[in-house]
Amino acid sequence: MELPRYHRMRGTLYRLEGSACRKCAHRIFPPRPVCPRCKAQELEPMAFSGRGTLYSFTRVLQPPRGFTNLGTYSVGMVRLDEGPMVSAQIADADGTELQIGMPVEMVTRKLKDAEEHGFILYGYKFRPRLRAAGA
Amino acid sequence: MKTAAEVGIAGYGAYIPRPRIATRAIARAWGRDEGGRLPVREKSVPSPDEDTVTMAIEAARGAVARAGCDPGRIRAVWVGTESKPYAVKPGGTIVAEAIGATPWVSAADLEFACKAGSEAMQAALAFVGSGMAPYALAIGMDAAQSKPGDHLEFTAAAGGAAFLFGPPEEALARVEASTSYVTDTPDFFRKQHMHYPEHGHRFTGEPSYFTHSRGASRGLLEALGRRATDYRWAVFHQPNPKFMRRIAAEMGFTEAQIAPGAVVDHIGNTYSGASLLGLAGILDVAAEGDRIFFCSYGSGAGSDAFSLVVTRRLAEVRDRAPLVGDYIKRRQPIEDYGEYLRIARKVRLL
Repeated sequence: MELPRYHRMRGTLYRLEGSACRKCAHRIFPPRPVCPRCKAQELEPMAFSGRGTLYSFTRVLQPPRGFTNLGTYSVGMVRLDEGPMVSAQIADADGTELQIGMPVEMVTRKLKDAEEHGFILYGYKFRPRLRAAGA
Repeated sequence: MKTAAEVGIAGYGAYIPRPRIATRAIARAWGRDEGGRLPVREKSVPSPDEDTVTMAIEAARGAVARAGCDPGRIRAVWVGTESKPYAVKPGGTIVAEAIGATPWVSAADLEFACKAGSEAMQAALAFVGSGMAPYALAIGMDAAQSKPGDHLEFTAAAGGAAFLFGPPEEALARVEASTSYVTDTPDFFRKQHMHYPEHGHRFTGEPSYFTHSRGASRGLLEALGRRATDYRWAVFHQPNPKFMRRIAAEMGFTEAQIAPGAVVDHIGNTYSGASLLGLAGILDVAAEGDRIFFCSYGSGAGSDAFSLVVTRRLAEVRDRAPLVGDYIKRRQPIEDYGEYLRIARKVRLL
């Protein structure tokens, strides 16, 4: 990812900011300028809670270049409590038995830090929920 | 030192990463006696996708969740650490952005070896106590650095805690007073471009850790006219289980007073995070009216001491974020020293 794009996406990457439609109350992640449901353009930014359930997952056994230091790792689809589906890496999954439907929560981790002279890309991942934090 | 207006801790949050390496595995790799006495049984290591910034973000989120305040009213985010991911580029801005405190906020990274976190606490306390800010966030966090094979490698761990200072009516603990005790004592240092810190071997004990911890502790107790028995709990900087217990005993504190904050016994020395993580561990068990004595230590060298009194609000907000014990229990054993080198990125993939 290029630096200007990373900077533009910081709300989405750090705070899980998407959009909420003022007209039909549809919630969208990542943010969009037009509501895919009612086509309204009156959208406002919305920070999602970061809580959801694991919809599906798999394990990457041959990491691509830039991800080799992770060893093997898990990726998954998460259904956020507010509705939208998000694809992300599943963190802290080593030695954990992931299960469809298990509660997960958003954490901020390094997405990429491969180049000696490059910047560090921070963003969202999900992990099995620790406890009823915030409940 | 006392602030012009009363200040409290409105929220706190901790973080310890999940991977753990047994110190036996480190001893084995370096041909040391595995059955010999090792300072701790295992230590925490950051996952490959974690660093001081990501760990600080989670601790900060815990502090904000417990405080229940609007993050837009936090006027300072200060991260005390000696393991900044960037040599130039603040980590505090990333934390501030992640918790939603930007843009009307002061942010920076502070460095004072292991005292950087409590230095941030002093600054945040003053920021709120002077009336400049309703809330200020102080974090002590480290992915502690140690040279492979050095005896620090047996204890250098990862983790820390965040404390959100705020108005007294929202306090889960009120700050009674604080003190700082500093001299120029070069017992531990790392120059730019050096990967690992150097330490002054036996020099790190008496003229450094003990002199400064003793100085700050005595200074604060004398200023308040108190003794160790006036406190329910105490926490000291914990580079290893031995130093912490020796200074605690010397100041008159018992094992029962320091036990809930003795996080080093379970996960090792988290440098700038160590004393703050110990304080978080104590807040996890403290009750209304309990007095807490806190004393940090950082090489270079100096100590900050704080006296706190717990309010009724602590029990009400405690469960809004994970406890230190939750993070200690959550562990993923690292199989061997080779895997540790990969996870801790001590080997570079070419």
